[in-house]
Amino acid sequence: MKATVHVFLKPGVLDVQGKAVENALHGLGWADVKDVRVGRVITFDLAATDTAAAEAEVKAMCDKLLANTVIESYRVEIA
Amino acid sequence: MKAAVIVFPGSNCDRDCKVAVERSTGATVDMIWHGDTALPGGLDLIVLPGGFSYGDYLRCGAMAALSPVMAAVKAAADRGVATVGICNGFQILCEAGLLPGALLRNERLKYVCKPVALEVSNAQTRFTAAYQGRREVMMTVGNGDGNFFADDATLDRIEGEGQVVFRYLDNPNGSARDIAGIVNAAGNVLGMMPHPDRAFEEDLGSADGALLFQSALASA
Repeated sequence: MKATVHVFLKPGVLDVQGKAVENALHGLGWADVKDVRVGRVITFDLAATDTAAAEAEVKAMCDKLLANTVIESYRVEIA
Repeated sequence: MKAAVIVFPGSNCDRDCKVAVERSTGATVDMIWHGDTALPGGLDLIVLPGGFSYGDYLRCGAMAALSPVMAAVKAAADRGVATVGICNGFQILCEAGLLPGALLRNERLKYVCKPVALEVSNAQTRFTAAYQGRREVMMTVGNGDGNFFADDATLDRIEGEGQVVFRYLDNPNGSARDIAGIVNAAGNVLGMMPHPDRAFEEDLGSADGALLFQSALASA
């Protein structure tokens, strides 16, 4: 199965990269752009054949390594 | 007196830390590779040095925190051995859960490398006893991800418990409440972004860092 993990800084945690990208977009004329957040997407293959089991496994990976839940939240997709 | 410096792939202040501890205190310092699963017996001090462990991939310190040697470091810290994480070492201690909070990208996105004045916010810790009577010390910072973050409840708690050890007088990276260094609740694990290992002799611009290593070993 294919796992896709989206990791973003939590709302309320200042995303300075997002802020810089937002300023650059404003500079290019897209003045209405707001709340830009820059995150990370991690994809990999898993041997698991059961979606629920794969999701539980990937969530464990997120809590252990892929995300730091002090500052980040994550979303897991299994396909 | 016996100390160990943990060497991760990408550490670049490991030699500095060894020399700083040796010259400041006269202690014997072993260099311990991150892949080792045991630490030498009878350690009085463990230092996690600065650098870019694992290339700062994923998050600074994230993969180093899961290195084989970290189980032994955690066990030693739990036994009360003085443990200091400097810069990347601070990030590793946070990622390993040995200290609260996390280090974010600097507020103004720039890598900051300069001398900074620090307030000694708590001179009662085993790392700062030698600063008694000194309100202000000088060390240098060199970081791109030195912006200390924790939620308000955690910040209130560590401030209330005297766990904030150093504060920036002129905050270079956006750290919450100007925090530059903290200790754990037990007081034996210190994490700080400024480098005492770059301030252990007057020829380096400051000898204030030597007092930190002397305090740590005197407390052992």
